[in-house]
Amino acid sequence: MLDHHAWQAIWLTLELATLTTVLLLLVSTPLAWWLSQTRSRWRAPISAVVTLPLVLPPTVLGFYLLVLMGPQGPLGQLTLALGLGTLSFTFTGLLIGSIIFSLPFAVQPIQHAFESIGPRPLEAAATLRASPFDAFFSVALPLARPGLLTAAILSFAHTVGEFGVVLMIGGNIPGKTRVVSTQIYGHVEAMEYAQAHWLAGGMVAFSFAVLLCLALLKRKGASVVR
Amino acid sequence: MTLTNRIRLKLARAQFDVDVDLHLPGTGITVLFGASGSGKTSVLRCVAGLERAASGFVRIGDAVWQDDGQDIFTPTWRRPLGYVFQEASLFEHLDVQRNLEYGLRRAARSADRSALEEAVDLLGIRTLLQRRPQALSGGERQRVAIARALATQPRLLLLDEPLASLDLPRRREIMPWLERLRDQLAIPMLYVTHSMDELSRLADEVVVLDKGRAVAAGPVGEVLAQGDLPALADEEAGTVIQGVVLECDARWHLARVQLPEGSLLVRDNGLAAGSRVRLRILARDVSLTLDEPTRSSIQNHLPGVVDAVMADSHPAQALVRVRCSGNTLTSRVTWKSVEELQLRPGLAVWVQVKSVAVIA
Repeated sequence: MLDHHAWQAIWLTLELATLTTVLLLLVSTPLAWWLSQTRSRWRAPISAVVTLPLVLPPTVLGFYLLVLMGPQGPLGQLTLALGLGTLSFTFTGLLIGSIIFSLPFAVQPIQHAFESIGPRPLEAAATLRASPFDAFFSVALPLARPGLLTAAILSFAHTVGEFGVVLMIGGNIPGKTRVVSTQIYGHVEAMEYAQAHWLAGGMVAFSFAVLLCLALLKRKGASVVR
Repeated sequence: MTLTNRIRLKLARAQFDVDVDLHLPGTGITVLFGASGSGKTSVLRCVAGLERAASGFVRIGDAVWQDDGQDIFTPTWRRPLGYVFQEASLFEHLDVQRNLEYGLRRAARSADRSALEEAVDLLGIRTLLQRRPQALSGGERQRVAIARALATQPRLLLLDEPLASLDLPRRREIMPWLERLRDQLAIPMLYVTHSMDELSRLADEVVVLDKGRAVAAGPVGEVLAQGDLPALADEEAGTVIQGVVLECDARWHLARVQLPEGSLLVRDNGLAAGSRVRLRILARDVSLTLDEPTRSSIQNHLPGVVDAVMADSHPAQALVRVRCSGNTLTSRVTWKSVEELQLRPGLAVWVQVKSVAVIA
C-alpha cells in the first residue's frame, strides 16, 4: 500500500512542516506584535509585504527565491562565500521558501489576537509594576494564546499542502526535497493511481482533521472569552 | 496635615486645553468631578503616566514622578500607584488569586502578603479567590480590581469612574466598600466621577473640572454649597452636611440628627444613636419662609440668613444660598418668589426641608 518512498516523503513533509511552524512562530510573534502596536508609517507597506505570499502564485514566489538563492543571486553569492554552497534544491532552501510562503498564515491570526486584546490589559499590567517586556510575556502572550494556536495549526497545514514552491526550489529530489504533494504528482505522471490514491486520500483526511480542530478551537475560545 | 501631594498638568485636547494645579491631602478621597469630556480621565491618566502631559509636575509624598522642568518622567510601572479602570480590567487568563498576586509579586516591598490579606478582607472577596474573572459579576470584578491595586501597597490610589459600567443594584452593592476604603486607608485617593451621588457619598475634598479647568476646589460641603457652579446646577443641585444621630423614634420610624444650628428628622433606616451621618439635601427639596412655620406638614425647619441669590439653569428659577450657623443649604425657588419675598443677602429666613437623604 505505502512503499518506502511514500513513507520517506511523509516523514520529510512532517519534518518540514514542524520546523517551518516552529521557526514561523518565532519570527511572526514579534512581527505581529510590532504590526499590532506601531503607529509608524511603515506599518502599511510592511503589512502588505507580509500578506503578499497569500495572493502571489507559488510559482512567482518560487521563481524569485530560486533566482535569489542561485549561484548568481545575492543570497546564493553569500552562502557560496560562506562555504555553504547554494540553497536551491536543498532542504534548507525548501525550509526558507516554506517560511516565506506561510508567513501571512502565521502573522495574521497572531496580529488579530494581539489587536483584540486592546490597550487596557497592558495598561493595567503597567499600573501593577510590570515592565513592558514583562507585560508582553505575562499578559499579552497568554491572552493571545488562541491566536498563536491558530497560527501554528494553519502554518503546519499550509506547509503540508504546498506544492508550487516546493517544485520550483526543491526540485523533487527523493529523500531530500520530495514531499507528499510532489510524490503524488510523480505517481500521477507515472500512472500509478493506486499509490496516488493512498497519499491523496490521506491528505484529504489530514486536512479535514485540521480544519475540524480549528473550528472546535474557535468555539472553545469564544466560550472562554464570554 | 501638610499638603505634600501636588499635581500640576497642562495638556492639549481636541476641544480645549487641560490646565490644572491640584493639592491632595495625605489621606481621604479627593473627587475629580465634572461632566463627561471635561478632562477628568485625562488628568488621572497623566498622574499615572499612562499619558504624558505636555508640561507637568507630579509629586506624591517625597517622590517626584514627573517634572518637565528637570526632564523627569517615571514610567507607569515604576510608580507606586494603584489604578482602578472604569470597566473591569482583570486578567482573564488568571484566577482571582493570581490576579491579586500579579502586582504583589512585582511590587518593590515584595513578599509582604499581609497587604494582600488586608485588601481581601477590606473588599470582602475571600470566597472568590479560586474563581475565574469570567465567573464574577460586574460588582465583584470591580472589588477584585480594587483589591488587586491595594495589594501592591500603593502610595496613591486612582479610581476612574469605577462604578460607571455597573447597573444601579451593583453600585449600591459596591458603595459601602468604597466608604470603608475612605475611612480606613491611610493613602490619598483620586476619584473621577460625574455622578452627584458618588460625589456626595464618598468625597472628602472635591475639585470641579469644567473644560479642563478647575473651577472650584475644597472640602465637599463648602464646594457643594457654592451652588453657582454650572457643573453642579442641574436637577441634582444640593448640599451635603454632616451630623450626629441623637435619637431614634420607633413609633414614627424617624431619627433625629443633631446639627450645629438645630436638628432634622430623617427616615430611620436602622441608624444607631451616636453615629455620624452624612445628609444630602437637594435644592429642590428646600423652601423658604419669612416667618417660622407653625402649621405645616413639613417637619424640618431651621433658621438661617440669606447668603447669596444666584441664577439657576432655568431662567424661571434661582438658587438661594442660606447660611445656617455652620452649614450652608441651597434652595431652588422662582425669581417671582425672590421678588415677592424680597430675598437678598443678609435677610433672616426660615428654611423648610421637605426631604433629607441619609447617604452614609
